[in-house]
Amino acid sequence: MTVREVKAARIAEEVARLCMEANFELEDDVQKALEKAHASEESEAGREVMRQILENSQIARAERMPICQDTGLAVIFVELGQEVHITGGGFEDAINEGVRKGYTDGYLRKSSLADPVRGGNTGDNTPAVIHLTLVPGDALKLWVVPKGGGSENMSRVAMMKPADGVEGIKKFVVDNIRAAGGNPCPPIIVGVGIGGTFERCAFLAKKALLREIGSVHHDPFYAALEKELLGLVNDTGVGPMGLGGRVTALAVHIETAPRHIASFPVAMNVNCHAARHKYIEL
Amino acid sequence: MAEYSLTTPLKDVDIKKLKAGDSVSLTGTVYTARDAAHKRLVDLLDEGKPLPIPIEGQVIYYVGPSPTPPGRAIGSAGPTTSYRMDPYAPRLLDKGLKGMIGKGARNEGVVDAMKRNTAVYFAATGGAAALISRSITAAEVVAYEDLGAEAIRKLTVKNFPLIVAQDCHGANVYEEGQKKYRR
Repeated sequence: MTVREVKAARIAEEVARLCMEANFELEDDVQKALEKAHASEESEAGREVMRQILENSQIARAERMPICQDTGLAVIFVELGQEVHITGGGFEDAINEGVRKGYTDGYLRKSSLADPVRGGNTGDNTPAVIHLTLVPGDALKLWVVPKGGGSENMSRVAMMKPADGVEGIKKFVVDNIRAAGGNPCPPIIVGVGIGGTFERCAFLAKKALLREIGSVHHDPFYAALEKELLGLVNDTGVGPMGLGGRVTALAVHIETAPRHIASFPVAMNVNCHAARHKYIEL
Repeated sequence: MAEYSLTTPLKDVDIKKLKAGDSVSLTGTVYTARDAAHKRLVDLLDEGKPLPIPIEGQVIYYVGPSPTPPGRAIGSAGPTTSYRMDPYAPRLLDKGLKGMIGKGARNEGVVDAMKRNTAVYFAATGGAAALISRSITAAEVVAYEDLGAEAIRKLTVKNFPLIVAQDCHGANVYEEGQKKYRR
């Protein structure tokens, strides 16, 4: 296989465009899941919330306004083929240049504080949170996933005991969803990471949010667990915006990794109903 | 559940009528403030200094809007999660604040301060930010411009659709609504 060149400027340009598109337009899988939730919700208050969410999505798309004022930190997943050669600039610089341009030109909110304790807004929503994986081949795949603070704040990691098992996972997820109530803007999507180390587990939970809503886990064991967890989460009665109802989550997605014999890490990353993500292959 | 149209500043007689779950269409002036602005306001109270905005009878909306595109009154402007303002809200309620707009449940300290001062907590629909911006007809920064999205803005709202999330009698739409659908 020969080396394929990708210009840094091209990466910046596409990231800028995707930051804007992601914040203005929901992808089809999310839009369809929200429409289904509106149709199936039994609570009157919940249905009104879903009606507003759908009207909002329409306005945002038509008028190129952010779906949510919290346009998030720019989380960028990248699968970089090892035969790709990036030219004309640094890879991370190119992504940050794209974020800077997208958030400025798109009138998106800048929510990035330069220092977590002492504050100071960076003014352009950089730096992006970049998750890079090196893979065989010459493709460059890139997901732009703006992530808001409200749902991120309701995410958790637990270093459970191996003895806690599947029941422990269920209790961890359901207890946290109940405690979160309306805070993360339900109906939510729940990404669950199981296994790995402390930090890998949290990464898996985030990665699980990228899966298409309605897709089935390739492993029938986890497909069944996802289905059971979705049922349990919806049985909490939290409902749209926590006002009570049948639809608390649109989906539960699980990602797993091998673990240490002594450890049983479980993480849940919560995404609000404005589940924004855009994908491109360069 | 009843439906009301209210105009700011809010009066005790109106607030007392409101029950958790009621719908309210709000018109008038509301001030925006979130984490950083609340900290500054409470610091001023601690120092015995005057606040940069009127509080008596007023409504504070927990929002950090996206930047205003050309030709619009404001960018997208949905509510942020309210519990982060719980450490500060009772101080402002004791100074005469009558209404808060946000999303998600409040703690006991806020509930007590709402009862003590006859105040109401409204929920707006989180993530319906482009839709809500249509209810905002004017916006100007009136304090803490250096905070950017977190600056205090004076908003003029017209028919802002809200739900009474927690009333001045201590009832809570979250608990009552969720109980009904819990299995």
